[in-house]
Amino acid sequence: MSLRLEQCSTAVGTFPLGPISMDLPSGAYGVLMGRTGSGKTTLLELIAGLAPLMAGDLSIAGQASNHLRPADREIGYLPQDGVLFDTMTVEEHLDFAPRFRGWPKARRQERVSELAERLELNPLLMRMPAGLSGGERQRVALGRALAGKPKLLLLDEPLSALDEQMHSELCRYLESLRDRGDVTVLHVTHNPQEADRLGTHRFRLEDGQVLATS
Amino acid sequence: MSATRPASSAGDRVFFATLIGLGLTYLLLVVAMLLADASFTTLPAIQAALARPEIRHAFGLSFITATITAILSVWFAVPIGYIMGRRQFPGKALVDAVLDIPIVLPPMVIGLSLLILFQTGAGKQLEAGFKAAFGVGITYEVPSIVIAQFAVSCAFAIRTLRVTFDQLDPRCEEVARTLGCSSRQAFWHVVLPSAWKGVLSAGLLAWARALGEFGPVLVFSGATRMKTEVLPSTVFLELSVGDLEAAVAVSLVLVAAAVGCLLLGRLLGLKVGR
Repeated sequence: MSLRLEQCSTAVGTFPLGPISMDLPSGAYGVLMGRTGSGKTTLLELIAGLAPLMAGDLSIAGQASNHLRPADREIGYLPQDGVLFDTMTVEEHLDFAPRFRGWPKARRQERVSELAERLELNPLLMRMPAGLSGGERQRVALGRALAGKPKLLLLDEPLSALDEQMHSELCRYLESLRDRGDVTVLHVTHNPQEADRLGTHRFRLEDGQVLATS
Repeated sequence: MSATRPASSAGDRVFFATLIGLGLTYLLLVVAMLLADASFTTLPAIQAALARPEIRHAFGLSFITATITAILSVWFAVPIGYIMGRRQFPGKALVDAVLDIPIVLPPMVIGLSLLILFQTGAGKQLEAGFKAAFGVGITYEVPSIVIAQFAVSCAFAIRTLRVTFDQLDPRCEEVARTLGCSSRQAFWHVVLPSAWKGVLSAGLLAWARALGEFGPVLVFSGATRMKTEVLPSTVFLELSVGDLEAAVAVSLVLVAAAVGCLLLGRLLGLKVGR
C-alpha cells in the first residue's frame, strides 16, 4: 500500500512540476505542506492519474502505476471543496465507487451502512448535496473516497472551511483512520497543527521539490 | 421600518431613464407586433384556415419534421458540445468558427449550398443509396426538410450545450474516474445527468428554430402543397395568393408554438436561447 515517486514530473498548462521523489510507507499518514501555488494539488492529480506523468516512475502499493488509468489505481481522491455530484443523493455518493468497481449488491449495501454509521451520515442518506452544510459535504466526500476501500487515500485540504467543532470531529475521524493503518494517506494542508496532530510522515513542497521534514 | 436609499444624482437618473426607455421601446415593438397579428383576425377565421386540408398537412409535417430535427440536433450537439467545451486540440478555434457558420449564413444560402451539395457526385450517390434503402429521395422530398432544418438548428443546439458543458465543474468527472469509472461511464453517469437542463434547452431551442425555418427549406425542399409545405412555407404561399387571413392564422400558430416553447423552458427553469 506504499506510495513511491521517483523523479516524477508533470505539467498542467504552463505550470511544470518536478522532478519529484518521495516515499510513503504502507499504512503511513503523510502530510504535505507548502505555499499556495507550489503545486500540491497538481502533485495529488499526478498521483491520481489526472495530470500527465511526463517522466519518472510512480508506484502505488508496489504496483508500477505509470500507465494505469485513474480507475485502476485503487485510490480514493477527495479534491478541494469536496466536489459532490449534484444529481446524486448522499447514499448514491457512498455507493458510487463500490458500484463502479463491480461489488455485489449485498456487499455494497453493507459498505454504505458502515460508512454512514461511522461518518454519522444516516439522517442525510436521502438528501441531495445542494442542501448540505460545509461539514456535511466534506463528510460525504470523505465517505465517497473511502467507500471503494482504496489502498491510497489522497486528501486535498479536507478540513479547510470547516467550523471548529466540525474540524475537530473530522480530525478525530482521520486520526482513527490513521490508527487503524489499513490505508495509506497523503493529506495536503496549510495548517501546521493539523499536520502535527495527524501526520506520521511530513513533507514540504518547495520550488518543485518534495522535502521530507520528519 | 422604512428603508432609506442613498440619493441618486441627476446624471444617474438620466442614465437609468435612457436604459429603461430603450428597453421599453423594443419591448413595445415585440408586443405590438403580436397584438397586431392577434387583432387582425378572429377565432372563426383561424379555425377555418386551420381546417383546410393543405394547412392541416403542413401543420402535421412541420411538427413531425421539427421533432425529428430536434432529436437529431441534440444527438449530434451533445458529443460536439462536450468535446468543444472540455478538450483542447489544434485548430479548435477554426472548428469553433465553422460550427457557427450556419448561425451567421443567410438562410437562402444554406438552402442553396445543400442543393448544390446534393448535385455533386457524392451527394447523388448518397441520395441514390437513401432512395434504395427507404424508397424516397432527398431533394425536394420530406427528408430534405429535416436536413435543411437540421443544418441550422444543430448549430444553435451545439452553442447551448457548449456553454452548458463549459459551466460544469470538470473535477466531477475527474473524481468519478478515480472512483472506478471509465471516461464513458463518467460521461453517462455524472456529466450528462448534471447537464440535463442544457440538453433540454438545446432540444427546445432546436425544435423552435426548426419549426420556423423557411429559407433553407424553400430552396432545398420547395413548397409543394400536400408534399413539402411546412408552416412557414404556408405563410409565404398564402401571402403570395393574397389570402392574408390564412397567412395570419398560420403565423399565430407559429407564434403560439414559439411562446409555448419559451414558457415551457422558463417553467422548467431552463435558459432557452439565453
